[in-house]
Amino acid sequence: MQFSFTSEQEEFRSVLRRFLEEKSPPTLVRRLMETDAGWDRAAWRDLNQQLGLAAIHIPEAYGGQGFSFIELGIVLEEMGRALLCAPYFSSTVLAATAIMNAGTEAQKRDLLPPIAAGDTIAALACTEPNGQWDAGGVAATATPVNGRFRLEGVKSFVVDGHTADQIIVLARRPGSTGTDGLSFFTVAGDARGLTRRALKVLDPTRKLAMLTFDSVEAALLGEEGAAAAPFARTMTQAAVCLANEMVGGAERLRVSALDYANLRVQFGRAIASFQSMKHKQADMLLEVELAKSAAYYAAAAAADDDPDLPAVASMAKAAASEAYMQTAIHTIQIHGGIGFTWDNDTHLWFKRAKASEVFLGDPAYHRERMMRVWGA
Amino acid sequence: MTEASVRAEVRAWLEANWNTDQGLVAWRHKLIDSGWGVPTWPAAWYGRDLPAALAPIVEEEFQRIGAIGVAKTGIRRLAAATLLTHGTDEQKRRFLKRSLSGEDTWCQLFSEPGSGSDLAGAMTRAELKGNRWVINGQKVWTTSAHHADWGLLLARTDWDAPKHQGLTYFVIDMHQPGVQVHPLRQMNGHASFNQVFFTDAEVPPENLVLDVGRGWAVATTTLMHERREADGIRTWGQGSDRVGRIYDEERAETATVMEPYKWYPQRAGRVDLVIERAKATGTINDPVVRQEIAKLLALSKSAEWTARRARAAQLQGKPQGPEGSLGKLASSHVARLAAHVHTMITGADAMLSGADAPMEGVIAEILISVPAGSIAGGTDEIQRNIISERVLGMPKEPRTDNDRPFRDVPKNLVV
Repeated sequence: MQFSFTSEQEEFRSVLRRFLEEKSPPTLVRRLMETDAGWDRAAWRDLNQQLGLAAIHIPEAYGGQGFSFIELGIVLEEMGRALLCAPYFSSTVLAATAIMNAGTEAQKRDLLPPIAAGDTIAALACTEPNGQWDAGGVAATATPVNGRFRLEGVKSFVVDGHTADQIIVLARRPGSTGTDGLSFFTVAGDARGLTRRALKVLDPTRKLAMLTFDSVEAALLGEEGAAAAPFARTMTQAAVCLANEMVGGAERLRVSALDYANLRVQFGRAIASFQSMKHKQADMLLEVELAKSAAYYAAAAAADDDPDLPAVASMAKAAASEAYMQTAIHTIQIHGGIGFTWDNDTHLWFKRAKASEVFLGDPAYHRERMMRVWGA
Repeated sequence: MTEASVRAEVRAWLEANWNTDQGLVAWRHKLIDSGWGVPTWPAAWYGRDLPAALAPIVEEEFQRIGAIGVAKTGIRRLAAATLLTHGTDEQKRRFLKRSLSGEDTWCQLFSEPGSGSDLAGAMTRAELKGNRWVINGQKVWTTSAHHADWGLLLARTDWDAPKHQGLTYFVIDMHQPGVQVHPLRQMNGHASFNQVFFTDAEVPPENLVLDVGRGWAVATTTLMHERREADGIRTWGQGSDRVGRIYDEERAETATVMEPYKWYPQRAGRVDLVIERAKATGTINDPVVRQEIAKLLALSKSAEWTARRARAAQLQGKPQGPEGSLGKLASSHVARLAAHVHTMITGADAMLSGADAPMEGVIAEILISVPAGSIAGGTDEIQRNIISERVLGMPKEPRTDNDRPFRDVPKNLVV
């Protein structure tokens, strides 16, 4: 297991950090979050032409860069830090990973290259209005008709679902329950019978949509009725990615709180000189570093496809969720009144922390999942 | 000097000299004289000037055949390291070899009832009367004082100097009428430490280390080695079952030194017992308990991985990141949460102790030992000061005690 980054990985991180600081300053984040799409196609093209980020963990055979989950984790940590507004988590992390896990060889050759190039934005529609993150929550049905399938049902919390060119949909054979009868399908974003509605979101830097399928024609992705395992694997890997994204955001907040405490003067001294502030900062550092250790370990476990991955992925998701939210709460508190204003940037990360806390399953869900994987 | 040549040389020496049917002290004398006992020390003082990078080769060769090294346990190792750095040649001659051989036992006389976190506030006084230093005062939390031959003593020699400049470091003979040692009973019933009372105890001038007024610098060296070896405590306990006279003697030595630490695993919270105990009590099926267990396992694993990140960075020669300074504070959190979880798992039985309690009282011992971890070796509050000041670069605590005569600094009343 890798416990430190190689010098190539460190170099990659610093290039990425400089790039994102320049390309995704808070002023741009604020502009994009006010748009309906939430991201900008020209900026997205820039990101992929210069650094090929959409292709990071996609194998070279499918037009990708063939890096591991460790490099993908670095990308997400830096994007979380910069609060980049881009369809990255939806297309590269969720949809491309689902295709890699579920698709046939021909489908991977067909579907992955345009996603890797950033030309196609894909989204994964698995969760429904019931908000369950596992197979049991899927009610949408797929009925076979002349070698194709027709989808019925409602998907919700679909990241970038209203702007994606292509939707990967998880649906079940009519009458099946639980992990049985599940299949993935591909549907074009503008398919007939598909209604897409952008949801009003708490975190405007990550857009969610509700997708209603009314007899929508869909193509099967992978094996019919066998999607439960690739779906579970996709959600596990996505949890690792989200944990790394969250620790990047938490670190950014922690440092902003420290910088502010050093600047802000009250009672004739920098508030950073008060022991209550120092101890809070020490606790914040501890929490963020512990969460980083869990997130990095989980990324290394994903890269090695370690048998313990499902447990450590859940552990990392739970740990990062709590560290991010706690850091966000402390950061607002340390800023005092200004921290509660719209003009101060802290709320942008606070809202991402809150949304990420429940996205892909809240800490309690993941702790229970971890206990089950460990046979307890 | 190459890896291969060092390996060949130490291997040949061990083959010629090591056997299990000899006395521990006799073997160590031979070992110390050869320089292989402390190979990184100077050749003039029982070492071989071996670069630190090659020291693991020597250790590997000792481990390969089960050869016993110099005495590593207890305060004697800190005494040896401190005197090697600051002692006179005469002090080195008198103390180093007998410490390395394990013949002499040491204790550390720093903490006082009036100065715990603030060690430099020591008030035990040393006064030069005639040609003897006369010591009066009280020390506390002194491990091994009841069987120590020598003590490392930090005492105040100048009350008009600022606090750090009025301290002097001595080696004191513990076997004298002016030194009285009483066990200090802790809240968990063990008496792992002592209180030491000095009433006109005497120290000859040749036992003063470095200079009058420079005791804080010497104490800092001792504390630095203590911190470095803090992890060692956990591994000492692993006694071997190897057969031979010399192993028997080593086991006896280790048992004496380890005796005060027998409850330390409980102090750390015994995370290892949690799942097994929850299964045994059936609380593993309680969703609330499951959440708390999962929180504990996540915290404990994250702390372990943070330590491994720090070690990996160190091995790669990278500058130490923040992860290297967090272990002590993290382990306090782990221990506290573990005690909380053990209580949930144990239920009403958590009111019992000893033979009536689960696991013959081990669980009870966890519950009443955990508070020590966040105090001993630097309180959580001091750790937070260190992290915020040294790692995060935040302003230092304002001080009113450093730049005036120690006599005028507010102190605790000791009655």
